[in-house]
Amino acid sequence: MLNYLWALMITISIIVAAFTGNMETVCNSILESAKDAIDLLILMLGVISMWNGFLSVAEGSGLTSKLAGKMQPLIHFLFPRLPKDHPAVSHICTNFIANLLGLGWACTPTGLAAMKSLQQFDLEQGKNSTCASNEMCTFLILNISSLQIIPINMIAYRSQYGSAKPMAIIGPSLVATTLTTLLAIIICKIICRKKEKTCKY
Amino acid sequence: MQILNYLSIFLIPFVIFYILLYALLHKKPAFELFTSGGKKGIEIVIDIAPTIVGFFVAVGVLRSSGTLDLICRMLQPFAEACHVPAPILPLSLLKLFSASGSNGLLFDIFKTYGTDSYIGFTASILLGCTETLFYTVAIYYMSVNIKKTRWTIPAGIGIAFFSLLVSSFIAGICA
Repeated sequence: MLNYLWALMITISIIVAAFTGNMETVCNSILESAKDAIDLLILMLGVISMWNGFLSVAEGSGLTSKLAGKMQPLIHFLFPRLPKDHPAVSHICTNFIANLLGLGWACTPTGLAAMKSLQQFDLEQGKNSTCASNEMCTFLILNISSLQIIPINMIAYRSQYGSAKPMAIIGPSLVATTLTTLLAIIICKIICRKKEKTCKY
Repeated sequence: MQILNYLSIFLIPFVIFYILLYALLHKKPAFELFTSGGKKGIEIVIDIAPTIVGFFVAVGVLRSSGTLDLICRMLQPFAEACHVPAPILPLSLLKLFSASGSNGLLFDIFKTYGTDSYIGFTASILLGCTETLFYTVAIYYMSVNIKKTRWTIPAGIGIAFFSLLVSSFIAGICA
């Protein structure tokens, strides 16, 4: 799906550009975007390396597994098939905590670690490892539905643009994000019940 | 505001402090663990680098060619029928692809309509309640070489649409 989506995004855009006369801006933006990507990656090199370093301190000292133990009931509800002591559980927990606190860049390394161990779990079950499992889909959907408690960045942006009450969105945002997360959980639960992974090798 | 300011300043140092204190109390080699994790962090970034370059190019082309505007214009009647204000639709579409792009658009909305207007309020809530769908899907799945994403993207789009309705509705009550 990603292969088609990516290729279609670019080809359709080039066709549209041919009709709207935007070909010159498209040409510039191709090179510009590649440069922007590398700028971002350089920033990521520092920040992700730093977070992954601290996260592995937390892992090595047993802090992560302690927190994972506390979150076990929630994880068991969301991912009923995962065994209690599977490494995926503690990776998912750290990712959720990083998301809740709004630690931004700390979410990526924890999320990737969680995906890797979910794939490992699939391999242990003897399943196709190039096809997303229900657990992976659930994990991604929950990440997309954003779990952040306080939208710190948004409050900063609002006061920067002269809002009289920048914090007025805390309550409404919390209601909105709770509703979308609840919907995400419900959708995942329904689909997981109905659909088993069916892709073949 | 003060408390929140403090919270946002204290949060990251506190998390790091707590992690290190815990390691010290349990007599673990903190710096060794940090450097080995940091090395893996660098590897992670290098692993996802091609995905990010490819993704950025696709999003850049999508925006500069006017395709995104075209999609917005096609979806506009539909959004109006759902009582979603006109400037919010492009924001929610862009949010599917790019966080920095949608932030730029958000600032435009703040400048044009004001932060505390109905539209400004809707935009503030909307960006807080979903993450960039395609970016997350691309990076997470590509990193473990998943080819079939199954129901992730349809479900993600469904949730993005729901968040659009919810934020317009809640902003309507509050603003």
